[in-house]
Amino acid sequence: MLEFLKQPWPWYIAGPLIGLTVPALLILGNKPLGVSSSLRHICASCIPSGIQFFKYDWRKEKWNLFFVLGIFLGGVISVQFLSAPGPVSVNPKLVKELAGYGITDYSNMVPQDIINWHSLWTLKGFFLMVVGGFLVGFGTRYAGGCTSGHAIMGLSNLQFPSLIATTCFMIGGFIMANLILPYILLL
Amino acid sequence: MLPDHHKSVQGQLEQPESIQEKLYADTWYSYVKYLLVGILFGIILVKSEVISWFRIQEMFRLQAFHMYGVIGSAVVVGIVSVWLIKKFNIKTMDGQPIKIAPKTFNKGQIFGGLIFGFGWAITGACPGPLFAQIGTGATVVIVTLLSAILGTWVYGYFKGKLPH
Repeated sequence: MLEFLKQPWPWYIAGPLIGLTVPALLILGNKPLGVSSSLRHICASCIPSGIQFFKYDWRKEKWNLFFVLGIFLGGVISVQFLSAPGPVSVNPKLVKELAGYGITDYSNMVPQDIINWHSLWTLKGFFLMVVGGFLVGFGTRYAGGCTSGHAIMGLSNLQFPSLIATTCFMIGGFIMANLILPYILLL
Repeated sequence: MLPDHHKSVQGQLEQPESIQEKLYADTWYSYVKYLLVGILFGIILVKSEVISWFRIQEMFRLQAFHMYGVIGSAVVVGIVSVWLIKKFNIKTMDGQPIKIAPKTFNKGQIFGGLIFGFGWAITGACPGPLFAQIGTGATVVIVTLLSAILGTWVYGYFKGKLPH
C-alpha cells in the first residue's frame, strides 16, 4: 500500500480526490474551497495599511489560513514519507526544448537549474520568481479567485463567471508559456 | 467589494442556530479539521505532480493529458457533489444549511484571469501549489509567495482605479 502511495498518482485518482475537497469543506463548516483568499487575509492581518480592501474581520476567515498551513505541511509529509526516488517524467518533446535552455534537473517540483537562491539575483530569476509571483497574487485577486476558487469551486457550482475566469487563466498561460517564457528562459 | 462568501459567513453568525459555532469559534482546535483537509489537499497536489513546474509547461504546450485529466475529473466530482448536496439538502456537521455564494461577473475575471495565467505559466504554480512547493523543500519559492502577497496588496491599493 505504502509502495503504491509513493508512486506518482494518476489523474483519475488525484482529480476526484481534489474534487471531494469541495463537499468536505462545505460539510465541515460551510467553507468554499479557495486558496488565493489566504493571500488577502495575510495582507489584512499583517499589512492592512488603511486600504479599504483590507478592512474586514480577517479573523472570521482564519480557517483559510489553517487550510493553507495544511497544504504546506502536506508538501513536507509527501517529501518525508511518501516520495519515490526518480524524476518527474514528462513528454520527451518538452525535455528536448528545456534542454536548450539548460534545464536538465527533473528531480524537484521546480526546475532547480533556474529556480534557486543563486539565480534569484539574476534577471532571469527575477522574472521567474519575483515577477511571476507578483502576477499570481495580483491576477488572482483581480479575478476574484484562482484555480481552486474559480476552476474547481466555481465550476462545481456551475458559475458562469468562473468559466470566464478559468478560460482566461488558460489563455494567459498559453500565451506566456509559448510566446513569452521562451525569451525569459534565454536571458 | 467583499467576496460574497465573506458576507455570508457574517450573516450566518447572526443566526441563533450558530451559537454553538460561536462558542467554539475562537478555539484553535476548531480549526484542526481545516488543517487536516489542507494536509490531505497538499499531499494530493504533490503526489499528482500538479505542483510541478514541468507538468504546467507540458499542459500549456498541449503535450500531455495529465493536468487536463486532474482538473477535469476534479470538476466533474465537484459538480456531482454540489448537485447531491443541493438535491438532498445535506447539512453541515453542525446541522446548518449549506450555502454557496454565487459569483458575479465583472471584467476583473478577464483581466485578472489573463494576468494570473501569465504568472501561472512563469512560476508553474497557482497559490495552493506555492505553499506545497515550499513544503517540498523548494525554499526559494518563499520569495515567490512573498511577491504574490505583495501583488495582492498592490491590487488592493489600486482596486478603485482598475476597470471592473
